[in-house]
Amino acid sequence: MALIDIANPTRFLAWSGRVLPWLSVAAVAVLAAGIALAFTAPADYQQGETVRIMYIHVPFAWLAMFGYSMMAASALGILVWRHPLADVAHKAAAPIGATFTFLCLVTGALWGRPMWGTYWVWDARLTSVLVLLLLYLGLMALRAAVDDPGRAGRAAAVLTLVGVINLPIVKFSVDWWNTLHQPASVLRMDGPTIAPAMLWPLLTCALGFSLLFLALHMLAMRTEILRRRVEVLEARAAEASA
Amino acid sequence: MTRKGRRLVLIGAALTVLGLAAALVLTALNDTIVFFRTPTEVAQRQVVPGERLRLGGLVEAGSVVKQGATVTFVVTDGAAKVPVAYTGMLPDLFREGQGVVTEGRLQPDGTFAADTVLAKHDENYMPREVADTLKKSGHWMEEAQKGRASGAGGGALTQ
Repeated sequence: MALIDIANPTRFLAWSGRVLPWLSVAAVAVLAAGIALAFTAPADYQQGETVRIMYIHVPFAWLAMFGYSMMAASALGILVWRHPLADVAHKAAAPIGATFTFLCLVTGALWGRPMWGTYWVWDARLTSVLVLLLLYLGLMALRAAVDDPGRAGRAAAVLTLVGVINLPIVKFSVDWWNTLHQPASVLRMDGPTIAPAMLWPLLTCALGFSLLFLALHMLAMRTEILRRRVEVLEARAAEASA
Repeated sequence: MTRKGRRLVLIGAALTVLGLAAALVLTALNDTIVFFRTPTEVAQRQVVPGERLRLGGLVEAGSVVKQGATVTFVVTDGAAKVPVAYTGMLPDLFREGQGVVTEGRLQPDGTFAADTVLAKHDENYMPREVADTLKKSGHWMEEAQKGRASGAGGGALTQ
């Protein structure tokens, strides 16, 4: 079976219906294990117990970026291949990505207050993540503002690709400019600067939240496909009765 | 070339132009995007006293003096130093050798009157026992040097 067959909406409904329960169970299991590990991991030598916010803040931040990357790939699918499933994937990812970005900002603020001494500063990292949240919200608003679904999808896809510029800015802001936010600890050229006893719980949490993101996204895509079918059926029924 | 191919090339070209434009804008705005000035930059730029700015660096070991609610300390980046005076609550992470970002005004006598002090923590995370072992075995500074070398971009302050 070629990739294009899996990407057919009907086939997608069939195989995702079989995969989704397993994906959901795996997400809950890995997440439970990750949170348990996060609570038993050692306290940090400088930050003490407060460091435990990292185990949720960092996965939220990664998935905020991952969600947008996935939307950018879907945007190419919309504009270049005009694929209906790409449009569904793009639309379904926006609210989930926005939620993860929002949670990243909230957990970051709650971490910043005791450690830095402030909830918020306008440094390059924090500001560029806020821009990421605004991009997500803007994309949702744009889709809601245009009546024709096809035109709405293409307009949102163009805006998504323009916003891709922000992803390297978020990632490298801490290296390009001086910021209050510290540089990367895990995804860096010379290897992680986190002790293994804290890195493994973090990676487990990250895997758990990733599975949760994928499960939510798959569920949202299925709902969107079914919603579109209902709309078509309603339109036909209205035509028939007219 | 197929229509799909044309669309792909068009998007690629548009994104390249957009990326270049963004890079130019960010480079031009570099001065305003940095969150703080290092003591060296403050010395080189000959900052006018009274001008509001953020000063960032490490709290020099042995420089913290507390007199009532007022605390004075020296912020250094290894090359230059600026004495800072501050009255108020300090963040938990504030300690000697720690990165800080202070906000306030440079005084005519060369001291810095801060009204905000924020602690900056580095990208190293480890249990207390590991930190103690590293200190005991004399490998602590190596780790710190590694952190400093890798985090040096844009004058970012690490350990």
